[in-house]
Amino acid sequence: MAKDMATTLDMATTELREVNSTLQAAAKSKANEQYVITNARGSHAMACGLDGPLNVVVKGSTGYYCAGMNKEATVTVEGSAGPGVAENMMSGVVTIEGDASQYAGATGHGGLLNIKGNASSRCGISMKGIDIVVHGNIGHMSAFMAQKGNLVVLGDAGDALGDSLYEARLFVRGNVKSLGADCIEKEMRPEHLEILKELLEKAGADAKPEEFKRYGSARKLYNFNIDHADEY
Amino acid sequence: MDKTPMTEPRQSWTFSNSINSEIRRAADTGIYDIRGGGAKRRVPHFDDLLFLGASMSRYPLEGYREKCDTSVTLGTRFAKKPIELKIPVTIAGMSFGALSGHAKEALGRGASMAGTSTTTGDGGMTEEERGHSEKLVYQYLPSRYGMNPDDLRRADAIEIVVGQGAKPGGGGMLLGQKITERVAGMRDLPVGIDQRSACRHPDWTGPDDLEIKILEIREITNWEKPIYIKVGGARPYYDVALACKAGADVIVLDGMQGGTAATQDVFIEHVGQPTLACIRPAVQALQDLGLHREVQLIVSGGIRTGADVAKALALGADAVAIGTAALVALGDNDPKWESEYNKLGTTTGAYDDWHEGRDPAGITTQDVELMKRLDPEVAGRKLRNYLNVLTLECQTLARACGHNHVHNLEPEDLCALTMEAAAMAQVPLAGTNWYPGKPGF
Repeated sequence: MAKDMATTLDMATTELREVNSTLQAAAKSKANEQYVITNARGSHAMACGLDGPLNVVVKGSTGYYCAGMNKEATVTVEGSAGPGVAENMMSGVVTIEGDASQYAGATGHGGLLNIKGNASSRCGISMKGIDIVVHGNIGHMSAFMAQKGNLVVLGDAGDALGDSLYEARLFVRGNVKSLGADCIEKEMRPEHLEILKELLEKAGADAKPEEFKRYGSARKLYNFNIDHADEY
Repeated sequence: MDKTPMTEPRQSWTFSNSINSEIRRAADTGIYDIRGGGAKRRVPHFDDLLFLGASMSRYPLEGYREKCDTSVTLGTRFAKKPIELKIPVTIAGMSFGALSGHAKEALGRGASMAGTSTTTGDGGMTEEERGHSEKLVYQYLPSRYGMNPDDLRRADAIEIVVGQGAKPGGGGMLLGQKITERVAGMRDLPVGIDQRSACRHPDWTGPDDLEIKILEIREITNWEKPIYIKVGGARPYYDVALACKAGADVIVLDGMQGGTAATQDVFIEHVGQPTLACIRPAVQALQDLGLHREVQLIVSGGIRTGADVAKALALGADAVAIGTAALVALGDNDPKWESEYNKLGTTTGAYDDWHEGRDPAGITTQDVELMKRLDPEVAGRKLRNYLNVLTLECQTLARACGHNHVHNLEPEDLCALTMEAAAMAQVPLAGTNWYPGKPGF
């Protein structure tokens, strides 16, 4: 199949199992094929478990766990995404043209999750290496227990950003309503500006690295200390 | 001159030496006690039940000739590839990190030789256990440490952990001493920090969400793998009913005697229900939904003997899981290490500071020198032997009750020695046809 020809999977007439098994088989063939899913109608678990360089465009909004555990594939949602989009993503690129619901990019290990709108609460919870760029705002408790990776927010962040944070880097351009336990503002050094510049370019975001503040772990809660019990 | 009679020194039951010792420890350190293992308090247990055996009204099977099947199939509800086990005893989830690589290998070896499955834990799947486990259940935990779709697909079943008996409603803590470079790498954390395992899953909050999460996992794994849901013994009737609603193929129900790698003692001893109290409500939930035997029930928490296995099956379980007993079979708390236990301020049988990583037996440690003390081949054979004994004992009791399959054991085969056990197990108090709460009395 030519790379510029897309196969359409119409969810009005095709069951979820058939859609996913078709995409999973195509991804495995490593042929860089193009697929378009129509009539998504908020279906759950769409385009999940892809393991290869496939290009999938979803016309419309998705339910829970779209592009879950994605590896290598490029998935674009031309709508909004329900909870847990790109959860535990390993690599590849997932783009949401609209807004993302709660837990976007939860526990993700790698790849780029690019949310053009806003993301709800707990964005990047327990992230383990994924890069997440949110062009709008993010909700409360985002990056809770975030371990590795980068969370970039062009808008504002809600309450308790980065609560119980490990080594993930958080970059916010707008206001942060409050920081969570053990999360502090940190110096923006040249290497951070470089990381940020690259991520903003990858995400096609119209912002300058110098406009952001960096937040990270104070590392006070890394080993239990009774004198820090009030922090919990 | 005669001495004036003195009142004999009297210890307080409320403020016993043990309690006072804990008060002093708390006053010195300012922190609660953390330990491994399950509840140590005496609670009604399988020892409080007896089998009636066959007599005039029951026909026994010949112990050395007539077959008594022990096979179990798990995951028949939705999974394309259910798990077939030769025996009704499985190895419970225990993490690499909490346990050494050698210990995980030994568990895999022993379980495979006995024809049963072993289970990963928090921290992901290691080559040691995948390579040596013919059937491996991959735990899907709140922390998602090491979680990835490749391991998900090479598992034989997936166990979504909602809770465990030692700490229903609690997360975990692996102290920095055990977070070596390898453990840290698998968990994407810095070396040497205390690693917290979350108490809630990060991307779902209730049974309705869980149903969709299970759909996603099934879609990723081509609907092949049995999906287990593990719950602690909290509200077994409702927890089991909701797990069925969420789409479980198998439910693992872990009572308060079930072990943990590290949790606060106050949590282990004061939260959750005894295993014995959990089984009948769980089975009742399955029966009310018409799913008993279609959704299989694995019971864990304090299983030690073939009698325990048989009693759990008689109350309606399809299989049991062992954790602490499996570690003991490998060599945990062995008297041969008594002098070293003494140096750690404890004694054989009481050693439970597994989280500190200084286990003389080389099982609950990441210390390279201590780990060498456990030979995985020898320990694996010991576990195989132990599993075989559990199975033989269970078969012996089933035959005595006249059953040609251990799943044919039933509550009617049992009586209880105490009122508490009678009430919990809903089997008659010995010598009567009555148990507390029985309708019609």
